[in-house]
Amino acid sequence: MTMTPSSDGNLLEVKNLRTYFETDDGTVKAVDDISFQLKRGETLGIVGESGSGKSVTNLSVIRLIPEPPGKIVSGEILFNGTDLLLLSNEAIRKIRGRRIAMIFQDPMTSLNPFMKISRQLMEMTQLHLGHTKAQARDHAVQMLETVGIPDARERADSYPHEFSGGMRQRVMIAMALSCEPELLIADEPTTALDVTIQAQILELIKTLKRKTGTSVILITHDLGVVAGMTDHVIVMYAGKIFEQAPTKELFSVPGNPYTKGLLRSVPDPTAEQGKLYQIPGLPPDVAHLKPGCPFAQRCDYTQDICRHEFPPFVQLNADHYSLCHFAREVYSESGGTPA
Amino acid sequence: MSANNSTLLSIRDLKVHFDLGGGGLLDKLLGKNPEKRVVKAVDGVSLEIYERETLGLVGESGCGKSTLGRAILRLTEPTAGQVFYRDRDLARLSQRQLREQRRHLQIIFQDPYASLNPRMTVGQIVGEPLETFRLARGREVEKRVQELLETVGLSKRFVKRYPHEFSGGQRQRIGIARALAVDPDFIVADEPISALDVSIQAQIMNLLDRLRREKNLTYLFISHDLRAIRHVSDRVAVMYLGKLVEIAEAKSIYKEPLMPYTKALISAVPVPDPQVEATRQRIMLEGDVPSPINPPSGCPFHTRCPYAIDVCKDVVPSLVEIKPSHFAACIRISPAQPHIEDVAPGAAPGLE
Repeated sequence: MTMTPSSDGNLLEVKNLRTYFETDDGTVKAVDDISFQLKRGETLGIVGESGSGKSVTNLSVIRLIPEPPGKIVSGEILFNGTDLLLLSNEAIRKIRGRRIAMIFQDPMTSLNPFMKISRQLMEMTQLHLGHTKAQARDHAVQMLETVGIPDARERADSYPHEFSGGMRQRVMIAMALSCEPELLIADEPTTALDVTIQAQILELIKTLKRKTGTSVILITHDLGVVAGMTDHVIVMYAGKIFEQAPTKELFSVPGNPYTKGLLRSVPDPTAEQGKLYQIPGLPPDVAHLKPGCPFAQRCDYTQDICRHEFPPFVQLNADHYSLCHFAREVYSESGGTPA
Repeated sequence: MSANNSTLLSIRDLKVHFDLGGGGLLDKLLGKNPEKRVVKAVDGVSLEIYERETLGLVGESGCGKSTLGRAILRLTEPTAGQVFYRDRDLARLSQRQLREQRRHLQIIFQDPYASLNPRMTVGQIVGEPLETFRLARGREVEKRVQELLETVGLSKRFVKRYPHEFSGGQRQRIGIARALAVDPDFIVADEPISALDVSIQAQIMNLLDRLRREKNLTYLFISHDLRAIRHVSDRVAVMYLGKLVEIAEAKSIYKEPLMPYTKALISAVPVPDPQVEATRQRIMLEGDVPSPINPPSGCPFHTRCPYAIDVCKDVVPSLVEIKPSHFAACIRISPAQPHIEDVAPGAAPGLE
């Protein structure tokens, strides 16, 4: 497969992606016209709550959306300049696992319970790198050592259930990185883990990223994880990107009421607090979105226009965008100076 | 706060051990499980819970916090120890006597999807305790149910609906309404927000806080989420492998954790501030939490503790008041030397 040079050092460019699901309840626009870029070597965080579309976005990138009931309706997904949506199934299979790898939240459901870990790892490199059995096995043990599995040589022949949750997630990382992919997509990789194990796994991802230069997309709802792991952040809500900015900017000068609300509703462990700020109401029913801004009902800044007109995607400065009728005001209030 | 309020619950040396079998003649002959295997889920916990406080109970998987919460209510039977509620040892009561006491001690469960009977309407779920304890009948029940729903921020219209029609956060509110129905004194909240979205978590925490003030409730708030615990609790107790390892006021636990496990736990929590995250020094623990089946000897944390010395594997540390109202279980610190980083290598001031 020929590689076309990518533009502007962007490893991945998603343009106007729309992924819809046909359900008994109507068409669910799980991802509804989103665009973003990932620079080589960077970590992009995608933040959102249930129903935001964050997971569907990533499943769309590697074309794991079940069709039916889902369908990538339109858009472009440029990976190194090549549009993944135009590739044949065979071509995309060569990329999945080899050049784009994914790790999921629950390692128990992504690992085959009937196969030894060694075999699952060996499968990857035998298939994608053409390793012989011996080469694959050596490589597998090496990967397990790299991710910190103690006694890797002996434990390689264990089954997934013989490992703890944290260890299983390390095995997943070993599998994901065994072919040295250019892009790693990690979907809530530590949500199911204890906090001290989470710290270990996140540190591991950071270290491996430094060593191999892999670019990472990290999906999470935990703003603390975003703060510690990412260079850029996208905040999603009801299938849309509500805000997009470099991480430091997003936390210090948020330009969107939803982002502000989220930041305020996370308890700050270092300070005394009275009542916690809460975003009122519930996340919207994505199958039946009302006209106007999907966040209007829950927003502190809502005015009439918000209920009738869909908000513009406003550019606040070079790298910072917000989907809001009052983006500039919200940004100024946070202390930002709109360009 | 703790000094002024009286004790509502006094837990003394509570143990919950689960027998996994093994160690029998046949096991030995067959070569499998030659040792008797016991899960020491809760292994000798003593604790006072004061009236109108929220005591946070924190720890990672397998530490025994949920088991402790359930054992207090005898939803899981204690193996040994005492649970005094207003001078009565709940652990010793007959089933009938216990049922009477249960009215005062309620629970909110973690999983809002599994803890509501899918075949009962909201009205039936919230009304059931009133009927079980014969607190109301007929129209009274209906009226009370409506009041309760309003109290937790749900519309009266929901009375005839079924659980599956609601979101996680709403279901949790239904669970709270049910717990409040009997006007209890004490509520065990077992991971009440873990399954919820961030924005809904804040709503539920605020609700629980308001209810506590309005109804003079006492909470045992069990969670692995340190940020939430810090926010809602007056005091925080930390558990590790079935034992209590530290207990203090919430802000002290956070600002000045004394026991090495607590330090590692606090340092592992990600902070939503990129500046802090970029510069902080983390205490990284090696490996996994050991299994609660036949846990390590001596201090259960010694296998992963960056400050462990030889004698740590021989001595089970007791909770010592290292600073006023701040208790920690570690032989390497003492009231004279509270900070383990300053203690001379190899020294154990707590033993002298």
